Amino acid sequence: MSYSPEERRFRDQARSWLADNVPARPLPSGDTREGFAAHVEWERRLFDAGWSVVSWPRAYGGREASLWEWLIFEEEYHRAGAPARVTQNGIFLLAPTLFEFGTPDQQDRYLPAMAAAEQLWCQGWSEPGAGSDLAAITSRAVRDEAAGGWRLSGQKTWTTRGAFCTHLFGLFRTDQEQSRHRGLTYFLVPLDAQGVTVNGFTRLDGDEGFADVFLDEVFVPDEDVLGGVGNGWRVAMATTGSERGLSLRSPGRFLATAERLVALSVERTGAVTEDVAQAWMDAQAYQLMTLSQVTGLADGGELGAASSLSKLCWSELDVRLHESAAGLLGAEAEVAGPWSKGLLFALGGRIYAGTNEIQRNIVAERLLGLPRR
Amino acid sequence: MRFALSAEQAQFRDLVRDLLAAECPAQVVRAGWAGEPAAVGRVWTMLAELGVTGLLVAAQDGGLALDEVYLVPVLTEVGYAGLPGPLVETVTGAALGAALPAGALDAVLAGTGRIAVDEDDDGLVAHGVGATVLLRGGWAGGTPVRVVSTVDLEPVAAVDRTRALARYRSDGTPVDLPVAVFWQRGVLGTSAALTGLARRLLDLTVDYVTQREQFGVPIGSFQAVKHQLAELALAIELASPAVLRAAHSLATGDPAAATHVSMAKVLAGQAAARAATTSIQCHGAMGYTEESDVHLFAKRALALAGAWGPTGWHRRAVAADLTPGKES
Repeated sequence: MSYSPEERRFRDQARSWLADNVPARPLPSGDTREGFAAHVEWERRLFDAGWSVVSWPRAYGGREASLWEWLIFEEEYHRAGAPARVTQNGIFLLAPTLFEFGTPDQQDRYLPAMAAAEQLWCQGWSEPGAGSDLAAITSRAVRDEAAGGWRLSGQKTWTTRGAFCTHLFGLFRTDQEQSRHRGLTYFLVPLDAQGVTVNGFTRLDGDEGFADVFLDEVFVPDEDVLGGVGNGWRVAMATTGSERGLSLRSPGRFLATAERLVALSVERTGAVTEDVAQAWMDAQAYQLMTLSQVTGLADGGELGAASSLSKLCWSELDVRLHESAAGLLGAEAEVAGPWSKGLLFALGGRIYAGTNEIQRNIVAERLLGLPRR
Repeated sequence: MRFALSAEQAQFRDLVRDLLAAECPAQVVRAGWAGEPAAVGRVWTMLAELGVTGLLVAAQDGGLALDEVYLVPVLTEVGYAGLPGPLVETVTGAALGAALPAGALDAVLAGTGRIAVDEDDDGLVAHGVGATVLLRGGWAGGTPVRVVSTVDLEPVAAVDRTRALARYRSDGTPVDLPVAVFWQRGVLGTSAALTGLARRLLDLTVDYVTQREQFGVPIGSFQAVKHQLAELALAIELASPAVLRAAHSLATGDPAAATHVSMAKVLAGQAAARAATTSIQCHGAMGYTEESDVHLFAKRALALAGAWGPTGWHRRAVAADLTPGKES
C-alpha cells in the first residue's frame, strides 16, 4: 500500500516540471473568451512537454502512464495550482470512448489534434427537454444516402464552453421509429459546419461557460459516426462512466482544495477548526476509496455503477469544502473571489454528469439491488 | 501501488467470515442478551483455534505475530456478525503478553479469557461482567494502563445488554507497556467493528425493503428509501478504505498513524451511526421493536460509536494534528 520507486520518480518529475512552468499568476477564467485563449495556450505548453495526456500511447502524444501515475499527476497538477483543463471534455470524456469504439481512422484524425489542443471538444447531449432523462432527446439525424452521411437537426443546450470549442460530440436519433434508448447514434461534429449556430449564455457563476447549439440539417459523413449507427446509447454510457468517475474529477483536485482550506482556517482562526478537519478527512476518504477502486481496475475488474458512488462523493465533498470556507470567511464570503466562485461552481457539480438524485437511484438499484419502479 | 488486502490477508478474513456465518447467526447474538450463552463461548473458542485472539501476540508467546492489516478485516467480520464479547479489547490486550497477570494470556489464546478495558478511566467498563482481566487507562495514549482486580463489580444496565457494563472501584497496578500503540489498536479495532456493523445493518435493511410491500409495491422501489440507503452505502464505502489505511500506517510505523487512526474512527463512527438510524427508519414500525434483528446491531453500533473516543473527540484530534506547530 505504498508507491513504488518508479512511481515516486514520476511524481518528482511531474512536480518539478509544474514548479517551473505553472503561471505565477492565475489565468483569467477559462470559461470566458479571453481566458479560454490563455488556457489553450497553456494546454499547448503542456502538450509540447508531454504532460497533456499522460496516460495515452506515445503515438498520440502521451507517455503511457499507468492509472496510478495518472492519479499522481493529477495530485501534483492540482497541488501546483495549475490552470483548469479546458480540454477536459475531449481528453477525459470523448477520448476514452474513441479508444474503445473509434476506428483507426477516427483515432488518427482526432486524438493527436485533441492532445495538442488544436481541436477543442464540447459535449452535445442535453437538450431543453432532456436533462436527467437523457433518453428523451429529440434531435434527429436523417439519412442522406447520396452524400454518404447524415443531416443533423435540433437543439443542444447547457453545452460547456460550446461558444469557444471547435467540435461537438453528441447523441442524435437516427431511427425515428424507435424510442428512448434505441435508435440513437453518436456523432462527431465540427462546429464550423454549415447549419450550426452557437449562442453562449451565462452560468450561475457569472461566466459565459454555457451555450445553446442549434443544428439545421448539418451534414456529417459516415466516417464521423462513432461506434456504429443505432449504438449511441451504449457508446454514450461508456462516456458517462468517465464523466462520473475517475477521469473528470480525480481526488487530487479536492485534496488541493482541502489543503487550501486548512491554510485558510489557520490564517483566519489560528487553528484548524473541527468543521475544516471533517472536510479534510472527507477529501482524504475520497482519495482512499479511489485507490481501492483503481486496485480493482488494475486487477481486471470494472468500475461499473461504482462510478456513481464517486460522483456522489466528489460533488458533495466539493460543496462541503466551499461551505466550510464560507463559514470561515463570514461576511467576506460574498466578495467575488475564488472561494465564492468555487461554491457556485460546486453547486453545479451536484447537477452535471447526471444529477445526484439520479446517481442515488443508480447506486440503490445497481449496487444494492433495490427494485426499479 | 496496490491498495487492497494480500491473498493471505483475504484468505484469513474468509476463514473468519465463514466460521461466523455458520456459528454466529443473529439468534446467537440475541441469546447473548441473557449473559454469555454456550454458543457464544464456542465461537470464541473456534476463533481462538484459528489464532484470532493471539493475532498480535508474539510467536514465542504462542501467537501468530501478525499485524494490524490482518486484524482489521477480521474485526470487520466480527462486527458484521455482532459477536458478543470484548474481542477488540481481548486481541489488543493480548499483545501485552508478559505484562498481563499470570495465566491470563494462556486463557486468551485458548478462547476462554476475556480482557475488558476501561479506556477512559471513569470506573465504568464494558464487558466488566465476565472479564478475566480488567485494564484501565491508556486514554489517548497518554495515561498509564493499570491492571485491576475484577472483584467488587457492580453490573450496570446497558442499552445493548451484550455489553455487560459494570462499575468497579479499584486503582489497580500500573503495567509497563507502550500505551500509544495500545490506544491506537483499540481505536482501530473498534473502527473496524463499526464498519462491519454498518454493513450488516445495510444488508438487513436492503433485504427488508425489498420484501416489505406498501401501496402494492416493495418499499425499496421508492426513491425516498433508495436515497437513504445509497447515502449509507457511500458512507460505508468511504469509511472502509480509511480504516484499512490506518491499519497500514500503524503496521508500518507511519508518522501520521495517530491522525489516520482518529480519522478511521470518525468515518467509521459516522457510517455506523447513520446505519443505525437509517436502518431503524427504513424498517418502519418493525424497526421500533425488539422483535426485528435490526435493534441488535443498531444498539451495538451506537455503543461502539461512543467507545474509544467518540466522533467529536477524534475530529478535534485530527484538527489539532493538522494545525501547524500544535501536536495533539
